[in-house]
Amino acid sequence: MGSYVLKRIMTIVPIFLIATLLTFGMINLSPVDPAEAYFSAAHIQATDEMLEQKRHEFGLDQPLLIQYVNALIKICQLDFGISYVTNQPVWEEISSRIPATIQLTLGSLLIAILVSVPLGFLAGIKKNSGIDHFSRFLSFIGASIPSFWLGYLFIFFFSVKLDLFPVEGTGTWRHLILPSVTLAFPLIALYTRLLRTSVLENSQESYVLFARTRGIHEKIIMGKHVLRIAISPMITGLGMNLGNLMTGAIIVEAVFSWPGFGRYFIEAIFNRDVPVIQGYVVLAAGVFLISNLIVDLIQMYLDPRISRKGRQYQ
Amino acid sequence: MIAIFRGILKSQKMIVTCFLILCILLLISIFAPWLAPNDPIAINLTHKLQPPSLDYPLGTDHLGRCMFSRILFGARISLGFAFLIFISALSMGLLIGIISGYIGGWVDQLLMRIGDGLMAIPSLLFVLGFVGIWGAGLKQVILGLILVQWVYYARVIRGMVLSLKEQNYITAAKISGSSTWIIMKKHIIPNVLPSLAVMGTLEMGWAIMNLSSMSFLGLGVQPPTPEWGAMIHEGKSYIRTNPTLMIYPGLMIMLVVVTFNLLGESLSERFGVKRR
Repeated sequence: MGSYVLKRIMTIVPIFLIATLLTFGMINLSPVDPAEAYFSAAHIQATDEMLEQKRHEFGLDQPLLIQYVNALIKICQLDFGISYVTNQPVWEEISSRIPATIQLTLGSLLIAILVSVPLGFLAGIKKNSGIDHFSRFLSFIGASIPSFWLGYLFIFFFSVKLDLFPVEGTGTWRHLILPSVTLAFPLIALYTRLLRTSVLENSQESYVLFARTRGIHEKIIMGKHVLRIAISPMITGLGMNLGNLMTGAIIVEAVFSWPGFGRYFIEAIFNRDVPVIQGYVVLAAGVFLISNLIVDLIQMYLDPRISRKGRQYQ
Repeated sequence: MIAIFRGILKSQKMIVTCFLILCILLLISIFAPWLAPNDPIAINLTHKLQPPSLDYPLGTDHLGRCMFSRILFGARISLGFAFLIFISALSMGLLIGIISGYIGGWVDQLLMRIGDGLMAIPSLLFVLGFVGIWGAGLKQVILGLILVQWVYYARVIRGMVLSLKEQNYITAAKISGSSTWIIMKKHIIPNVLPSLAVMGTLEMGWAIMNLSSMSFLGLGVQPPTPEWGAMIHEGKSYIRTNPTLMIYPGLMIMLVVVTFNLLGESLSERFGVKRR
């Protein structure tokens, strides 16, 4: 089991390297000269000498390979460079704004799990019942509704019409409700669907039949044995979605003026603040890979068959 | 109502219904200039924020533009660009997937590892980063969306090519002297088509949704072009007084995406293809 864990951790390293290489390539292939971008973001009319000096400062006169290795070493130390606009280290900009984003993301994850676990489980054990149809209906709507529009619909109904929640901003738990529900909606759709399918599939397994022949109560079979195994694809979905959640948060933050990192990131895009953009993309890739790793380890704990089989990874 | 929904989902009718809706949307987008009662970008400040009337079936927006005409033209933009993204990502994925699966070896390794790296970056964030570095604009958004989507096609196609390569009839074709190109055209491509149909349908919905998200953020289609996401962006300031300005375009996005998703779902049930 130990060697399995180690092997799994090692698979992350090359993928992360490729992801950073892609980001690096994306920047170097672009028609933008970082030195020019720096001065235009800072609204400074640069002379040729100043540009030359900045290029030297950024290390742009060195060979590409050395530039990449230097960038990689810095990334590993969480040093993403200095924002062109604010002149602050990118990591500080990210870390001062990310708590609000994490709060929003965790809130929506919690809502998504609280709704989709009971809904998907009940839909799975009571196939073709009212609750099953409802869950499928919700899955379709949730997967097809644009989150920014849903956000404005919520604002319209719950803030403008009913005046239940504040329109935007932060502070109390009431500020958190609408943005997190908006962000949770597509997750609810996905997780409900995954859990339902998985419960249906697992009900056909021989261990369920065996438990039934032993005379174990149906509630215990479903609630204790099936749920424990069936929840596995949902946990995979959770890990796969954490990255999407980081992007979804950018849009939801824009709708609700949530003071997280997303709003800052959009400003950075408009200002072509390259270090901020690069920093966040690389960070998101790291979060994605690590969360997938954690998810795999949780699954291994829940379903010991995985490590025994020495499951192959794609 | 939900029971009816479940009923039609099971039957063949769902595919036909979705197909009909999409045909209507296609006709709307082709004939938008003739169907629209007004010029979608003509500003008329004396008629701003009008309620629905005979001249303006859905009223006018904050610049006095006809909402109905804008929504009709929006179909043209969303469907058109989504189709462009789909075709480009598919061609790229098809090419790379077939090369990767058929040639194998280090070429396969290289291409698939690039794909892994791409998939480690959340797709919309990659597009945002791409747009951030290459500059905001429609061209960059579309290119970014294509660049994150080809991977999925390439992987599916590669997997199928690999499994088909081992099939006896391919070996037989090789022995009987068919060229690589003939084998691909006659045996491999027809076999991957059902999966591609399902993926492509879902991809259209995905592309429409994300293109409108980017336009909503102000990065994609720029005003005054009538794109649904950009219309929501413009209409959101009037949420208290004229909520329909942002409700109608959103309804259209949802209608189109739901239709594509339902069609994809029904097709995958019909062909027995597993969804990604």
